[in-house]
Amino acid sequence: MTGRHTLSWFALKQEVEDFLYMEADLLDQRMFWEWLDLLAEDIVYFMPIRRNVKFGQHAEKENTKQGEGISWFDEDKWTLGKRVEQILTGVHYAEEPLSRVTHMVSNVRLLEVSPSPEEATNVVVGSRFLVYQNRVEYETNTFVGRRIDTLRRNGDSWLIARRELILEQNVLLAKNLSILF
Amino acid sequence: MTTILPIDQMIDAARGTISRDIFVSPEFHKEELEKLFTRAWLFVGHESQIPNPGDFFVSRMGEESVILCRDTKGAVHVFLNSCRHRGMKVCRYESGNTSLFVCPYHSWSYTTDGKLQGVPLYRVLYEGQLDRSEWSLIEVPKLHLYKGTVWASWDAEAPDFMTYLGEAVDHLDQVLDCRDGRPGGSEVIGIHKWILPANWKFAAENFLGDTYHNPSHRSVDMIGIGPSARAGQTGRRDNEYNKGQHVWVSYPQGHGVHSVWMPEEFDYQAGYQQYPIVDEYFRHCFHERKKRLGDKARIMPFTGNLFPNTSYHGRQPRGLCVWHPHSPTETEAWRFFLVDSDAPAEVKDVLRRFYMRYSGPAGMTEQDDMENWLYATKASTGTIARRYPFNYQQSMGAYKRNDQIPGDVSVQITEQNARNYYDVYARYLKGDTWDSLLGRGEAARQAAE
Ligand code: FES
Ligand SMILES: [Fe+2]
Repeated sequence: MTGRHTLSWFALKQEVEDFLYMEADLLDQRMFWEWLDLLAEDIVYFMPIRRNVKFGQHAEKENTKQGEGISWFDEDKWTLGKRVEQILTGVHYAEEPLSRVTHMVSNVRLLEVSPSPEEATNVVVGSRFLVYQNRVEYETNTFVGRRIDTLRRNGDSWLIARRELILEQNVLLAKNLSILF
Repeated sequence: MTTILPIDQMIDAARGTISRDIFVSPEFHKEELEKLFTRAWLFVGHESQIPNPGDFFVSRMGEESVILCRDTKGAVHVFLNSCRHRGMKVCRYESGNTSLFVCPYHSWSYTTDGKLQGVPLYRVLYEGQLDRSEWSLIEVPKLHLYKGTVWASWDAEAPDFMTYLGEAVDHLDQVLDCRDGRPGGSEVIGIHKWILPANWKFAAENFLGDTYHNPSHRSVDMIGIGPSARAGQTGRRDNEYNKGQHVWVSYPQGHGVHSVWMPEEFDYQAGYQQYPIVDEYFRHCFHERKKRLGDKARIMPFTGNLFPNTSYHGRQPRGLCVWHPHSPTETEAWRFFLVDSDAPAEVKDVLRRFYMRYSGPAGMTEQDDMENWLYATKASTGTIARRYPFNYQQSMGAYKRNDQIPGDVSVQITEQNARNYYDVYARYLKGDTWDSLLGRGEAARQAAE
């Protein structure tokens, strides 16, 4: 969706951006339950494993697929809730002491808006993430990638109905994915 | 090759002490690569990854990249992934199908059975000099296929795989056989690959039978993430074996397992609550398996490690892990997830979701393992730290040979599997004969006295 847009389209884009920044902030402020409240009950939270494939096979084979086989994440709200619960036990040693995390979100674009910018109830939004994690003393990980979110109107705010995280790594260079994206 | 330190002093299995140096020093890392990974049988992959002629899967053996390949006639090979000309990696895809491996550098090409076929400008530049038949891809001298799994050794003198595996086979079978007891029949549904800043032996030892580390998983046990957790059950897996006797068994070849020896009469323990179809499937498999395997059905697996670096989880979750050393303090971990290839779709789906939330770097259980292995490695590198050995004195001597099942069997949590593992490890580093490495030599006899 590029080209000339109406004011209401820009207003929607701004609203969506604000939502994504607020959401990122909840994670960075470790307000995990509040973050969970932003997820739709039927959320699909998916991070494929990326593979080195021959030219021409990318569409078909580069990423593992949602709904089959093994990915880094292919989860629902229950599992994400368990992740939050686990962190909050205080004895999940991979996150105890808690990591310091900053989520950067950029390149925000509205990819699909329905039914209209004025009355949008469903928005597909593309963005880039750069997530910086530092834990204990020296352990640092940087996760960079693309994100495609489907947002569903929820009163004055939104619910995340689908999140696809395309991490730009093959062999995972971090020992753990113990943080939320 | 310089001999590093008196190895028997550093690994004193009889006293139950092991030097931290073997976990952190570059000298040991080098010795392992030269003396252990060049000889031991290593797990390379699974036939379900290369079902058709021309299929390949790029794997690793120790620090090196290898190509597992089914040639156009159907035979399975494992080649070093390095061109014979200047060493370029001939394959940088993870898997695929091909009739030729064409080197990107100067375009030498190799057929799927490893033969050097194409050499650009051969007539003009090489005629009379280069004998193509002598410059095939470097192939492992020893290869064995076992119930779908592919194993290889770089040592032409290595004993055959089944001898190497020994009586640990009864436990490995519980991983590789169908849940209803039919032999083999598993498939790989996905692979995790990640970098772990820890010595590879921490991981191997963990699977070898370190049940003592249970408290480190308290967080998942509290919240419940097992197959029945949605029905409110706590714990990280279903309790399938609550009437069984836990056993920790070690073998002369260095393998170690943690399994359960069920009583003569035992029944199916309901699991997979909230998934009636899955529960029914496992109930059915349970009874079939008992019928098929008889007394052997009494062995139920937890974890194990086949010497040196192939670990497994037997049921919940189910798969094989390989710990590839990069350096003394860095490991590339690969985990292959398994299901019965003919299991119903709903069963596979419930299993894969459980595997993902349990295992590997995104797995709620194993993240805590990774944290421990990382900081245990880090905190052992210091000059002072290295003066003090690790303690391996748990349940010293508390095992019986061939007690109901073959091997050195302990019925209490023990570090005997680890003591035995490092004893065998020391023999590799001393360059012992295969007799000794299989536990049949002088060293083994003395240890037994
Ligand atoms: S390195 Fe492969 S052809 Fe030269
Ligand atoms: Fe563990």
